[in-house]
Amino acid sequence: MAPSASQESGLSAVPSYEEEQSQARFDALIGKDSRVEPRDWMPEAYRKTLTRQVSQHAHSEIIGMQPEANWITRAPSLKRKSILMAKVQDEAGHGLYLYSAAETLGTSRDELNDQLLTGRAKYSSIFNYTARSWADMGAIGWLVDGAAIANQVPLCRASYGPYGRAMVRICKEESFHQRQGFEILLALSRGTEAQKKMAQDAINRFYEPSLMMFGPPDDQSPNSQQSMAWNIKRFSNDELRQRFVGMIAEQVKVLGMTLPDPELHFDEEKKQWIHKDLNWDEFMNVIKGNGPANSQRLERRREAHREGAWVREAASAYAAKQAQSEVA
Amino acid sequence: MSQQNNWPLWEVFVRSSRGLSHVHAGSLHAPDAQMAVRNARDLYTRRNEGVSLWVVKSNDIISSDPDEKDSFFESPQGKDYRHATYYKASEGVKHL
Amino acid sequence: MKHEELDAELDSFGDALASATRVTPGNALRPEDIAVNGQAPSEQVAKYALTLGDDSLILAQRLAHWISRAPELEEDVALGNIALDILGHARSFLTYASLAWGKTEDDLAYWREEEEFTSLWIVEQPNGHFGVTIIRQLIVSIFQHLLYRELTASTDETLAAIAAKAVKEVDYHRDHATAWTIRLGQGTEESAEKMRHALEILWPYVDEMFRDEQIHQDLEGVAVLPSTLRQAWDEQIGAVLTEAGLQIPATGQAMAHGRIGEHSEHLGYLLAEMQVLARKHPGATW
Repeated sequence: MAPSASQESGLSAVPSYEEEQSQARFDALIGKDSRVEPRDWMPEAYRKTLTRQVSQHAHSEIIGMQPEANWITRAPSLKRKSILMAKVQDEAGHGLYLYSAAETLGTSRDELNDQLLTGRAKYSSIFNYTARSWADMGAIGWLVDGAAIANQVPLCRASYGPYGRAMVRICKEESFHQRQGFEILLALSRGTEAQKKMAQDAINRFYEPSLMMFGPPDDQSPNSQQSMAWNIKRFSNDELRQRFVGMIAEQVKVLGMTLPDPELHFDEEKKQWIHKDLNWDEFMNVIKGNGPANSQRLERRREAHREGAWVREAASAYAAKQAQSEVA
Repeated sequence: MSQQNNWPLWEVFVRSSRGLSHVHAGSLHAPDAQMAVRNARDLYTRRNEGVSLWVVKSNDIISSDPDEKDSFFESPQGKDYRHATYYKASEGVKHL
Repeated sequence: MKHEELDAELDSFGDALASATRVTPGNALRPEDIAVNGQAPSEQVAKYALTLGDDSLILAQRLAHWISRAPELEEDVALGNIALDILGHARSFLTYASLAWGKTEDDLAYWREEEEFTSLWIVEQPNGHFGVTIIRQLIVSIFQHLLYRELTASTDETLAAIAAKAVKEVDYHRDHATAWTIRLGQGTEESAEKMRHALEILWPYVDEMFRDEQIHQDLEGVAVLPSTLRQAWDEQIGAVLTEAGLQIPATGQAMAHGRIGEHSEHLGYLLAEMQVLARKHPGATW
């Protein structure tokens, strides 16, 4: 059963009768695996955790637009250019759905945006790597979006209504993202020697970071337990990672490529996929801000925000003038 | 660094081509109503999902109080006679 | 949680996941349809289609650059939509044209040199700040809306079909540009000044849009004579600018001859970026 609000926040005040009733209602919703909606009472810790989780997800979508947006103008065919544009545009949309869900929890979009631009908020660290070749578009779609989908599908049943509903919409759109990434790699794998090399190189660079998208091993993830108790996390990091590795181990054969993991095999006894040790030191270092593209990613957002200030202000000023003249 | 956007929040409702009513799809920020409808169209109907869009300023939505859910929605409880299934004697009678 | 339970959980969303790919794109004409079903145009018609395709291709390339850089996320989505629409028009016109020469849309986009492109100077102008892009959109989308509306009556069936889809989309682009022009023209002192500046740097490229070339004269009934659109264009843009509190600037008109392959200095850079990867792998499929 979820701990009470007073226990979570460290307050020592005795819960009032109303608070106890509210907590009981909340616990009942969670217990029934039912939905918590924006105006329902919720423990402060639940609200805080959700806000952080949902906004981090939103920031990841927005930052995630950049490595791919960089290749739109250079896409090697008009069809691929269209598809890539549609994908990146979807990502902006996903960010918007998620910011909208986060706002129902009481933090404004401006505040969330500010957290991102001032470096206070986290986003998926895989986007702190550079997209060095066209094949990266394939690897990002296949591996990065693939990992994201594996993470996201269970969240369609998240306890918080707006979040769950946003996730359903996102999952529906995301399946095309993974497919288009795979097809980019498929085309390369059937192409020239240079194209094949390009594809294998991209897979080599994105394999390990994509596995690390599921987060640290279960025994090093203290927050997971609480999130799972609240039904805002459905499966553990390792469980999801297992499922993902199993899928890509099969899919890579279709590409005629290899995953850069000589140790990768399915252990029949343990019924588990065994993969190489992941470089969590590098992971932590990149999260801290020392990855190849951290600085570039944030600066692009800041620049867009800065350069667009006059536009936003003008639109607000016009709306205000219209409102005034309507009253008059 | 932070600049007040002042673009209010709007809730978006979409009715699909096969739908009977508008369903809440999410929210977005826009400076005014006309831009809100445009943005809603761009954001929520890229895949032929909708034929009709409503946008409403979030502030303008009055909702029932979830804390009063019990008393607000108590009246229909126990009044089974409002449902057709209550009337067993008519079961099997054609066209009823 | 066992593997099987996890599998079942994820599979239970199977329907929801698949729906994105099951949603039908509608019945509108697509470049793929033209490539397969299209009757090859004559050399002349192909050349005309090329001008329309080039205008759209270069403009789409410019607009695509805004994705991830727009003043607000909602605008990333909006400009993205517009760019996709326009790229779609480009692909349709180029695919149609390419049939005359046994080529593909990509052959035309990636393997022609600068002097072979027939686009107008206005579409290759740099994006500048958001206001410049909006004014460029206003100028071009009003023009294209008038153009495609007339083109739906073309005696060439394929051109008419492409125009029929395009005109609805460009109607929307024009509304978008109009809404923003009014808001930025009237918003603040700063935004009004930026819009005045945008008009000044783009107005020199207006006349070229309406110049009748030989190709237009030779294709009576098929092609739209650009000069016939000028009056309506003047009226429409005049109305928008008035409502926005803006004026037509007093500028000269650039000696622009994009239709015969003489371009401004911007196109070279744009094409270099657009074509670099494809050219690095001649003969490759993507």
